[in-house]
Amino acid sequence: MSDEHLNLTLRIWRQDGPEDRGAFRNYQLDNVSPHMSFLEMLDVLNEQLIASSEEPVEFDHDCREGICGMCSLMINGQAHGPDRATTTCQLHMRRFNNGDTISIEPWRATAFPVVRDLVVDRSAFDRVIGSGGYVSVNTGNAPDGNAIPIPGTTQEVAMDAAACIGCGACVAACKNASAMLFVSAKVSQMAVLPQGRTERTERVLGMVAQMDKEGFGSCTNTSECEAACPAEISVEHIARLNREYARAALTAR
Amino acid sequence: MARVASETLKSRVPDGPIEQKWDKHRFNMKLVNPANKRKFNVIVVGTGLAGGAAAASLAELGYHVKSFCFQDSPRRAHSIAAQGGINAAKNYPNDGDSVWRLFYDTVKGGDYRAREANVHRLAQISNNIIDQCVAQGVPFAREYGGTLANRSFGGAQVSRTFYCRGQTGQQLLLGAYQALMRQSQLGKVDICARREMLELIVVDGIARGIVVRNLSTGQLESHTADAVVLCTGGYGNVFYLSTNAKGCNVTAAWRCHKEGAYFANPCFTQIHPTCIPVSGDYQSKLTLMSESLRNDGRVWVPRNAGDPRHPSEIPEGERDYFLERRYPSFGNLVPRDVASRASKERCDAGFGVGDTRLSVYLDFKHAIDRDGEDAVRKKYSNLFHMYHKITAENPYEVPMRIYPAVHYTMGGLWVDYNLMSNLPGLFVLGEANFSDHGANRLGASALMQGLSDGYFVIPYTIGDHLATSELPEIPEDHPACRKALASAQNRIDRLMSTGGKRSVDSFHRELGQIMWDKCGMARNKAGLETAISEIRDLRREFWANVRVLGRGSTLNQSIEKAGRVADFLEFGELLAMDALEREESCGGHFREEHQTDDGEARRNDNEFMHVAAWEFHGVGEDPTMHKETLNFDHVPPSTRSYK
Ligand SMILES: Cc1cc2nc3c(=O)[nH]c(=O)nc-3n(C[C@H](O)[C@H](O)[C@H](O)COP(=O)(O)OP(=O)(O)OC[C@H]3O[C@@H](n4cnc5c(N)ncnc54)[C@H](O)[C@@H]3O)c2cc1C
Ligand code: FES
Repeated sequence: MSDEHLNLTLRIWRQDGPEDRGAFRNYQLDNVSPHMSFLEMLDVLNEQLIASSEEPVEFDHDCREGICGMCSLMINGQAHGPDRATTTCQLHMRRFNNGDTISIEPWRATAFPVVRDLVVDRSAFDRVIGSGGYVSVNTGNAPDGNAIPIPGTTQEVAMDAAACIGCGACVAACKNASAMLFVSAKVSQMAVLPQGRTERTERVLGMVAQMDKEGFGSCTNTSECEAACPAEISVEHIARLNREYARAALTAR
Repeated sequence: MARVASETLKSRVPDGPIEQKWDKHRFNMKLVNPANKRKFNVIVVGTGLAGGAAAASLAELGYHVKSFCFQDSPRRAHSIAAQGGINAAKNYPNDGDSVWRLFYDTVKGGDYRAREANVHRLAQISNNIIDQCVAQGVPFAREYGGTLANRSFGGAQVSRTFYCRGQTGQQLLLGAYQALMRQSQLGKVDICARREMLELIVVDGIARGIVVRNLSTGQLESHTADAVVLCTGGYGNVFYLSTNAKGCNVTAAWRCHKEGAYFANPCFTQIHPTCIPVSGDYQSKLTLMSESLRNDGRVWVPRNAGDPRHPSEIPEGERDYFLERRYPSFGNLVPRDVASRASKERCDAGFGVGDTRLSVYLDFKHAIDRDGEDAVRKKYSNLFHMYHKITAENPYEVPMRIYPAVHYTMGGLWVDYNLMSNLPGLFVLGEANFSDHGANRLGASALMQGLSDGYFVIPYTIGDHLATSELPEIPEDHPACRKALASAQNRIDRLMSTGGKRSVDSFHRELGQIMWDKCGMARNKAGLETAISEIRDLRREFWANVRVLGRGSTLNQSIEKAGRVADFLEFGELLAMDALEREESCGGHFREEHQTDDGEARRNDNEFMHVAAWEFHGVGEDPTMHKETLNFDHVPPSTRSYK
C-alpha cells in the first residue's frame, strides 16, 4: 500500500439551515494521509477552516465504527462512498488518489429534510418503527428464553435482517427515495421469528402505511438500496415484505 | 488536599440474608397505585440500554415519560456498539454456573470494591433479562437444536455469555428502542432527540427537572418532572482517544455533580487490552476488538525483542504467549486489567510489534487450523471485517495487532441501593452510576447491568420515591427553572465570546494526552500531581483562548463539543485527585508504588475498602470525600489470582 499523501479538492454542500437554499463550496486540502478515515479527513479540514475563522462543516457521526448509523454522506454521488458494505466512517482515504476532487452531499430525500450542511433529520424512521416494528411484550411478561426453540438457520435469517443500522443509505441511494429495504428488514426479522408472528398482520400494514405517510417513494425494484447498504441487507427481505403485505391485506378485516 | 467527611455514607441496603434482600425490599417499598401513575412525570436522560429500558418500562407501568438523547434517534445511543455479549447465570451449558457463582465472579472481578448486595441483585436479575430480550425478538445465537448458545468471557471459568454475532449491543438496544417507540406511539413517551442536557433543576433539595439545548435549533428548553433518571453513559472520552463513541461525555453527570450529587470512584477506569493501535496524530478514536476474540485468539510477542520477521515466519519456539505463560489457569481469558498490564509490560520491555512497537499479536491461526475458517467467520465476521477496513490487513491471514485502550468507566455518580443519588429524586442508571463493578468490570457485564437497572430495578424503586415524597407542581417559570436556564445560557455565551485562537479539539487532545500519560494504565504520585497542575493550566487557557465559531441559534457542533470539553477539563482534575488519594492498586487503578515483586496489583484493604464519593465545592476548590465503607460478608476478600 502506498504511503503517499494526497492533495484533494473537496466540493462540499453548505446549507445554513433548513430554510436556506444551500450551495456547493470548494475547499483545498493537502497532505492527507492515506491511513486516515474519511471522517478524520473532514476533521482535519474543519481544523483548517477554524484556523482561518471559517465555520466548520457540520456532519453527523458518533461511533465511527460502522454500527450506530449516524454518519450519512453522499460521496461522489454514492451513499457512504465507493466501498461495498462500508459506512462513511469506515471508509479510508487509501481508497482515493492524489489530485482527486471529491464531492460530499447530505442524504437527499423529502422524508429526510436537511438540518444544516450535511446533517439531515431521519426521525421518520423512528415513527415507522413505532408503527409496528416491535413485539408487544411488556417488561416482566417473558417465558424462559429456551421455552421456544428456534432453529439455527431461522435465527441466522432473523439476524441478517436485524443487522440494519438504520442509517438511511437505502433511501438516499434510491431514485424514488423509497424506504422499502429499511422497512422490510424489520418486517422480515419479526416474520421469521415465532415471537413476532402474533402481530405480523398489524405490523406490516402499520409500518407500510406510516412509510407512505412520511413521504418515502415507492419501490421499483432497482436494487440500488442493496448495493448501497453498509449492513448488506438483501432485497430478499423486500420480497418477504411483499408476501407479508399480500397475506395481511387478505386476512385483515 | 481533599477533606474527608466524618459521617459515612448510607447505602440503604436492606437487612436480611443476601439472597432475600431484593425480594424483601420489593415487598417493603411503597407502591404507586395504577390510577395515580399517570399523574407522575418522569424524565429519562439517555436512551442506551439503561435509559431505553427504563423509559419503556416506566411508560408500560403508566407513568408519563419524557426521553432525551443527543443523537438524532434513540436507537443510536452508544450501547449500540457493544460487541461481545451479555452475561446471565442461566447455566444452560450445565457447566456449574449459578446466581451465586456469577455474584462471586463479579465481586472478585471488581477486586472487592463493589457493594455486595447490589452485585447479588444483578446476578439474580440476569436471567430475567435474557428471557425479556428473547421475547422481544432479539436474535441471540443458537445451537443447531434451537436452544440458546453461550460463549466465554474473561474472568470466568464457565460459559455464560449470550451473544448476537459481534453485534450484541445493537440487538439488545434495538429491543429496548422498539419497546420505547411502541410506547411513544401509544402516547406514553415523548421522544426528545437531539437534545443535550445542560443543567439539573433542583427545587427544595429535590431533583425536579432539566435544562436541555435543542441541538437542531440551538434553543434552550426547561423540562420539569417528578423524578429525573440519568442514564447518560460513561466518561471514557476524558482521555480523548477511547473506544467510546465521539459524543460520549460527562456533561450530564458533571452538571448534576455541581448541583450536589456525589461523584464516586472517578479513578476506576477500564483499559481494554484488545483494541486497534493508534496509527497517526489525526486519530479520532480507537476501535475495540471484542474480548470474545480471546476465546479463540492467542496473544503473543516474539521472544527476541525487535524480531524483524513476518509473524508467520516466527516459529512456535520463538514466540512468547505471555498470558498463557504468566496465568496458566485462565490463560488468554484473564480479566481486562490483568491482560492490559501484561501487554504494556511486554511493550515497555521492548518486545512490542508493528511500526510503533506498541502492539502485540492476537493470533487466530490455531483456531482456524482447528475449526476451519468458516467456523471462525461465523463467530466474528463483523469484527474481522472492521479490523480489515481500518488496517487494510486481513486477520484471517495475518495476526491482528492490538494494544490496550480506554474503554469503560466503573466510577460514576454515587447511588444507594435504590439507584438514587444523594440528591433525592435523581436516579442514576447504567454506566453513569458507580455501583456494581468495583474497580474492574468483567466482560459482558455492562449490558447486563444497564438492562437490569432499566428493566427490573428502577420500575420498583422509583415508585417508593414518588409515593413517599412531597412533590408540588413546578411551573415552567419557577425561579429554579429560570436560574438553570440562565446558567446554561451564560455558559454558552462565554464560550462563544472568548474569541480565542485554538480549536476545541486541540484542547481535548491535549487533555487526553495528560490523562493517558499520567492517569492511564499506570499511575504514581508525582505524575498525578503534575497532571492536576497541567489540567488546571489547560483549563485556564481554554477559557481564555478557545475559538468557537458560528451562532448559538443553529445546529452548531462546535458549541456542543466546547461544552463537553469544558466539563472534562473540570472532571479530569477530580479523576486525578481520586487516583492520588487511593494509595493502593486495585482493578483498573494501578499505582506503581503499590505492586508485588512480580508486578501484580497490591490492594490495601485496611485503609481503602471504601467507596470514595466526592462532593463539589467549586471549580478549583478542594472537594470533600464521603466514604461508604464496604463489607464483604459473603465473598471474603483475597488476593485476586488468575494464575
Ligand atoms: C466498543 C464497545 C464495546 C462494548 N462491548 C460490550 C459487551 O460486549 N458487553 C458488555 O457488557 N459491555 C460492553 N461495552 C460496554 C457497554 O456497551 C456500555 O457500558 C453500556 O452500553 C452503557 O450503556 P448506558 O445505557 O449506560 O449508556 P449509553 O449507551 O452510553 O447511552 C448514553 C445515552 O445518554 C445520552 N446522553 C449522554 N449525555 C447526554 C446529555 N448530556 N444530554 C442528553 N443525552 C445524553 C446519549 O444520547 C445516549 O442515549 C462495550 C463498550 C464499548 C465502547
Ligand atoms: S459514525 Fe456510527 S456508523 Fe458511522
